[in-house]
Amino acid sequence: MEFFRVKKDIPFMKYSKISAVVSTTVFILAVFFIVIRGLNLGVDFTGGTMMEVSYPNAANIDDIRQTLRDIDLEDAQVQNFGTEEDVLIRLPIREGLSIAEISEKVSAALKLSNNLMEVKRVESVGSQVGDELYEKGALAVLFVFIGIMLYLTMRFEWRFAIAAIVANMHDVIIILGFFAFFQWEFNLTVLAAVLAVLGYSVNESVVVFDRVRENFRKMRKTNVAEIINNAITRTMSRTIMTHLSTQTVVVSMLIFGGEILHNFALALTIGILFGIYSSIMVGCPIAMWLGTNQTNLAISNPESKKENTEV
Amino acid sequence: MNNHSARWKYLLILATILLSMLFVMPNFYGESPAIQIMPIKSGEKIDTSLLQSIETALVKSQLKNTGLILENFNIKVKFKTAEEQLKAKTVIQNSLGDKYVVALNLISNSPDWLSGMGALPMYLGLDLRGGVHFLMQVDLSKALEKTTASYVSQFRTKLRTEKIGYYDVSKNNDIMQIKFKSKDELKRGKNIIRDINDNFDFQEIFINDEIVLKVIISEKTKKSITEFAIKQNLETLNNRVNELGVAEPLIQQQGLDRIVIQLPGVQDTAKAKEILGRTATLEMRMVNEDNFNPDIFEDGNEDQVPVNSEIIKDRFGNGMLLKKAVILTGERITNAGPGVDQQTGQSVVSITLDATGASIFKQITRENVGKRMALLLIEKNVAEIVTAPVIKSEIGGGRVQITGMDNPQEATDVALLLRAGSLAAPMEIIEERTVGPSMGKENISRGVQSTIWGFVAIITMMAIYYMVFGVISVITLSVNLLFLVALLSALQATLTLPGLAAIALTLGMAIDSSVLINERIRDEIRNGNTPQASISMGYKMAWGTILDSNITTMIAGLALFMFGSGPIKGFAVVLVLGILTSMYSAIFVSRAIVNYIYGNKRQVSKLSIGEIFKVDNN
Repeated sequence: MEFFRVKKDIPFMKYSKISAVVSTTVFILAVFFIVIRGLNLGVDFTGGTMMEVSYPNAANIDDIRQTLRDIDLEDAQVQNFGTEEDVLIRLPIREGLSIAEISEKVSAALKLSNNLMEVKRVESVGSQVGDELYEKGALAVLFVFIGIMLYLTMRFEWRFAIAAIVANMHDVIIILGFFAFFQWEFNLTVLAAVLAVLGYSVNESVVVFDRVRENFRKMRKTNVAEIINNAITRTMSRTIMTHLSTQTVVVSMLIFGGEILHNFALALTIGILFGIYSSIMVGCPIAMWLGTNQTNLAISNPESKKENTEV
Repeated sequence: MNNHSARWKYLLILATILLSMLFVMPNFYGESPAIQIMPIKSGEKIDTSLLQSIETALVKSQLKNTGLILENFNIKVKFKTAEEQLKAKTVIQNSLGDKYVVALNLISNSPDWLSGMGALPMYLGLDLRGGVHFLMQVDLSKALEKTTASYVSQFRTKLRTEKIGYYDVSKNNDIMQIKFKSKDELKRGKNIIRDINDNFDFQEIFINDEIVLKVIISEKTKKSITEFAIKQNLETLNNRVNELGVAEPLIQQQGLDRIVIQLPGVQDTAKAKEILGRTATLEMRMVNEDNFNPDIFEDGNEDQVPVNSEIIKDRFGNGMLLKKAVILTGERITNAGPGVDQQTGQSVVSITLDATGASIFKQITRENVGKRMALLLIEKNVAEIVTAPVIKSEIGGGRVQITGMDNPQEATDVALLLRAGSLAAPMEIIEERTVGPSMGKENISRGVQSTIWGFVAIITMMAIYYMVFGVISVITLSVNLLFLVALLSALQATLTLPGLAAIALTLGMAIDSSVLINERIRDEIRNGNTPQASISMGYKMAWGTILDSNITTMIAGLALFMFGSGPIKGFAVVLVLGILTSMYSAIFVSRAIVNYIYGNKRQVSKLSIGEIFKVDNN
């Protein structure tokens, strides 16, 4: 079986102007939604309390709301979570009530109105911790960006590094755009997914760039666009197989992973799909426009010359 | 173009696989409900006689255990069912009394020879086994404040006993200030203060007629004060957790001023919070009875309260004017216990003070016979007067009785608070994560199911697409999974739900290496190379790409490890380990298998790597 039976290289770079328009539009849309709607940050980042409780039968959301109103927690958000029996309660930080007290107050009141209620999970985060987690999350993203840039500059050259990072940023912003548009909850686990996508989707660019570099050595007289087209076409089969595999696992997570892993898997899915697109239609054109050519690749990597002579 | 692997390579691979199998094994034996018995005080003996008394107690109540294990610091008793375990807990606790912590636990059923060589099941995080995680913030500024307050009162007493003339001792945050009557007295005072602690920095200020000595606590001393405060809080928390009966608690300092507490298996979070969160500290202060003026208790008359005093209420809301100077704090208490006053029959708490405390107390009581001394409990920054008895005579020996308890229960509670509650600095829970036991089990099955089905789907795809090479990739992937689980078990890294997701995810990503290799080999065949040459070249060419792409993912993993906490750290650990094992298995193991199959054949006319489409004009 062979998925790609192409005789001639697909002229990807011919469409680079169209894709640039598409990418920019999607990117701007994503930024627009992030700014306008904002991310639906989970308690990890905002601080507050999130409780998952479950009942033996379908839960009565209105009753729960009333119970919470009775103990002066009218700002609670109550909703079903996955199933009819499971309920998610979210509470903001309250002046004068410690986070330890809030969850205890809620569970005591709910237990009183229905003692078959079971608290499955509590996540309570003080505002100070929330701010720190937010800060650390941002630092982690920054660290990854810089780390990857440095590594790619070292292994390839700065043009590739910039191209890969822009492609990556494009993916991350689009993931965030989706989360903002659908108001899916963005928590620490989703952040982990975003960072994993950062590391993972740069792979895609690396594989293509590796081929581009190799082609520059082999196909001396061809122009840059053709070299890139050939590199992408030749790695297409690998691209499909790898992402299909990873996406299969992610789909398995979507099906079996339950509510906690749901948004994690969603972020990965978006990241994987856009990762393929961006490494081909964002990363490569940028590398091309930045003026990648035979000379600057050859100079930048003496090590690869050595490899070359061995072969 | 040599497709032979050296014999040592095969042996190494075989050895790593066998070793990994050993370390993975404990994960399959499951766990038994058990009871763990530990002494409350560390250093208390655990011996065979204790083991026997436990056994007799169990036999008496007709509870069958499936194993008694005597370890260095604890005894574990295994049971068949959780029901028996619960019954046994009550039985054992009743027969041993409160000298021992009797906790519920789960013990791996893997045979002793496995545990003996350090092969244990994977260490599950709280989100998988259920339990509570607390992050507590320690208010270190309060610890400093408390220390300065006690220094100030020490200065006063010392200066008075040495008959050195001074006008006033005051403090502003952690800077203390003494106004002396003369320069000579300042000099003598300074020497005396040096005796108390020779790490102070001094500053002499002479403005107008004022002769002032500023006493500054050096940074070094501050550091040791805060370090001591954290240490004492950790100790106090340890004592309190013992009260809860948790088998494997984790109490750890995090950063400068935080403490993490993890209590696996704890279900009654309300009780856990109540016991951990009690922040009572004790203070003894004198009641200000000089220039007494009842007007000051009226609202709006706050400005009439003398500067050195403040109004504090008792539990009935009656205010009392207390001096701000603290005579003694709870740190000086070595023991506290409930009791009954022989004469009145009232419930009391008797406390024992340490040597310093005893001597201060003796002196204060001698100097203040006939005056009233108040005992304050400070809980959550609210001070409350417990009792304010009149000092009848000098009290030496450091044994003090606190009267004014309503009933024996209250005496017991207050005694416990004073004993375990002597926090050097107040603490507050700033993060709580609780996972119920059923949720933990659900999470495990979710994570495992995701991994298994993902795995099954991938291996089917690979085998169909790449034929024999696909099967090789599948074996490689399975070996990779084996390595990863073995490594996680051997390192006892905490496995969390995101960690389980990371196992699934690294499987999906690990296949990338195999795909890269297989595609390269196809490429080489397409270019007209011989099968043997194609294998050799394929691996060679793929290596650089595999390295590059794994390193970038590794960077992300490291960032998550450095900046992440809790479950996210668990994700990072698995991701990083997964990358390492996948590189080892893709490069080393899969090459060895390929060489084993094709390397020894002289003539290989065709590689079974799926159908290859050839471009004619290439």
